[in-house]
Amino acid sequence: MTSIGAAEDRALLDLLERMWLIRAFEEKVSDLYARGHISGLLHLGIGQEGSAVGACSILRDDDYVLGSHRAHAHALAKGADPERLMAELAGRSTGYCAGKGGSMHLVALECGFVTATGVVAGSIPLGLGTALAGQQAGMGQVTVVFFGDGAGQAGPFHESLNLASLWKLPLVFLCENNGYAEFTPLSAHTNIERLTHYADTYQIPSTTVEGNDVLAVQAATEQAVELARSGGGPSFIEALTHRPRGHYEGDQAKYRELSEREEWKEKDPIARFEMYLEQQNVLSEDASEARTIEADVRQRIEAVAEAALDAPWPAPESLTSQVLAS
Amino acid sequence: MPELRYIDAIRRALQEEMENDESIVILGEDVTLGGPFGATTGLADKFGVTRVRNTPISEGAVMGMAVGASLVGLRPIVEIMFVDFITLAMDQLVNHAAKLHYMSGGQLRVPLTVRVQGGISGGYGAHHSQSLEAWFLHVPGLKVVAPATASDAAGLLKSAIRDDNPVLFLEHRALYWTGGEVGEVIEPIIFGRAAIRRAGTDATVVAVSRMVPAALEAAERLEESGTSIEVIDPRTLAPLDLDTILESVRRTGRLVVAHEAVTVGGIGGEIAAQVQEVAFADLTGPVLRVGAPFAPVASSPVLEKLFAPGVDAIVDAVQRSLAFSRDGAPA
Repeated sequence: MTSIGAAEDRALLDLLERMWLIRAFEEKVSDLYARGHISGLLHLGIGQEGSAVGACSILRDDDYVLGSHRAHAHALAKGADPERLMAELAGRSTGYCAGKGGSMHLVALECGFVTATGVVAGSIPLGLGTALAGQQAGMGQVTVVFFGDGAGQAGPFHESLNLASLWKLPLVFLCENNGYAEFTPLSAHTNIERLTHYADTYQIPSTTVEGNDVLAVQAATEQAVELARSGGGPSFIEALTHRPRGHYEGDQAKYRELSEREEWKEKDPIARFEMYLEQQNVLSEDASEARTIEADVRQRIEAVAEAALDAPWPAPESLTSQVLAS
Repeated sequence: MPELRYIDAIRRALQEEMENDESIVILGEDVTLGGPFGATTGLADKFGVTRVRNTPISEGAVMGMAVGASLVGLRPIVEIMFVDFITLAMDQLVNHAAKLHYMSGGQLRVPLTVRVQGGISGGYGAHHSQSLEAWFLHVPGLKVVAPATASDAAGLLKSAIRDDNPVLFLEHRALYWTGGEVGEVIEPIIFGRAAIRRAGTDATVVAVSRMVPAALEAAERLEESGTSIEVIDPRTLAPLDLDTILESVRRTGRLVVAHEAVTVGGIGGEIAAQVQEVAFADLTGPVLRVGAPFAPVASSPVLEKLFAPGVDAIVDAVQRSLAFSRDGAPA
C-alpha cells in the first residue's frame, strides 16, 4: 500500500535518495581525507542534508544556487555530477574546476550551481547579482543563496538584505542555522535569537523551519520561490539544523556538550525522513527500499571515488593558465 | 579633431557602449543624477533606471552584486565614488571578482568594469584623495587602467567594458576638466600598449595618470637646459607594456618613474625591479622614483601642495639621474 500515489511516492523517494547520495559522498570524502587521499580545508555538511535537498528539489534547472563554504550538499542537491565534484576535491584535472577550486570554491555552472565561497557571507552579495540578472532577463529565474548563522553578523549580509528588499529581487535567502559559527555558539555572537528578526527588519517575508525536515524546507522554499517568480521579491528561510561534526575535518569540536550530540542524533534528517516514509507507508516496515537506495548510492560513490583518484593530476602548465579570460 | 573634456569623453564612451550592448548596466551611488562629477549625467534618461541604477551606500554588496550579475549574462559597470571607498568592497573585488575565472577552471567569466576616481585635488583630505593602484597590481586576475588624456579615457573605457575580465578603471579627478582631442569615432584602445608622449634621448620618464602632464611640463623645462627626456605613459598598469619601457631605457640608459601614490610600495618600485632584472647592463644609473611622501594626504592646501609630487620633483629626479655615471665619475 502506498500513501498518495505512485508519482508522489517516487518524488519522496527521490528526496531520500538525494539525501543518501550526499551523505554517502561526504562520508567518503571524510574517509579519503583521513587516509590522506584528499587534502585541504573540508567543511562537511553531514547531518544538514535536509535543507539543501528540500530547497533545491523544487528549483528549475535554470535557477541559480550559491553555496557557503560548506557547500558540497548545495552543489549535489542542484544536480552536480558527483564524480567531477569528487575529482575536484581530490585536486584532479577532471574536477569541475580543473583542480583550481577545491572544496570551498566549487562551481558547477552547467547545472546552475554558480559558486561556493571560502569567505563567510561572501556569496550573499553574489546572489544579489544573479538575482538581478534573472530579474532583468524576465524569464522568472530565481536565485537561492545558502549561508550559515555565522554570516548573519557580517556587513555584506545586512547590505544584501536591504538591497534585495529595496529592488524586490527574485532571491531566497536560505540560512542553515546549525547553532555554531565556527567554534562559537551563536548566542555568544549576537543577542538576536532568530535570524528571521533581520528579515523582518528589512521587510522581507520570513519563516523559521525545522531544517532537518526535508519536507518542511521544501514547502517553505516552494512558497518563497513562487513569490520570487511572480515578482514579489525576496524571502528569508531560517532552517534550524545541527552540525554533528566539527567546523572542518580534523576539528574535534571539544567545545560542544555530548548531550547535545545525542539529542540531535534523533533529529538526523535522513533517519527522520525514513521514519516518516514508513509511517506514510511509502516504505515498508523493514524499510528495505531505503536500504536498497542506501546500498546503491554507496556503491555508486565507491565508483566515483575510485574514478576520481584514478584521474590525472593537473598539468604543471595549468598553474598560470586561466588567470585571465581570453 | 574636436576637443572634449576628460569627464565628457568618459560619458560619451559609456553612452556609446550602452547603445551597442543591452547587457550593460551601471550601478552606483547617485548615478541617475550624474554622480558628483557628472560622468553619468543624462544616461538614466536615455537608458532608463533599470540599466542605470542608483544604489544605497553599500559598496561591498553593490560590488558583489555586480560580480554576480557579470557571471550570468550582464556586463555591469560599477561606479565607486572615490577610490578610497573601494576598501569597503575589497572582499568582492579581490577574493571573488579577480579569482572566480581561475578558481572555476574557466567556467565563470567576470566581465566587470569598476570605475573609480581618485588622486589629489581640492584639499579633500585623506579619505578622498588617495592613489591606490599598487594594491591591485598585486592581485592576479585584475586589469588596472589609468588614463591620462581625454582620448585615452574614452578608448580605454570602451575596451574595459568589452573585456571579459574585471577591470579597475582609475580616473584622476584633477584631469576631469582638462580638454583633449577626441576622434569623431572613439576606437577601443588595446590594453598593454604604452604611449610615448614625447620622444627624447637623455632619460626615460614613465609617468602615470596625472603625472603625464606634469612630466611633459618637466620635459619643456629640462629642454631649456639642454636635457631631452622621453615621456612614456603606460596607460594600462596591468597589463604593463614593459617592452616599450625597456626599448626606451636601452636608448637613454636612465629611468625615472613618476606616480602620485606614496612612493613606498608603489608601482615605481615594481617597474624599477622589472627593468633592472632584464636591462641592468643598459642602465647608467639607478632607477629613481617620484611619488608622495610616506604620510596620509593632509587637507590643508599648504600641506597638500607639499604632499603632491609634480613638475619640480620630476625635474629634480631627472637631474639626479643624469648626475650618476657607471664609473663613479660625474656624468
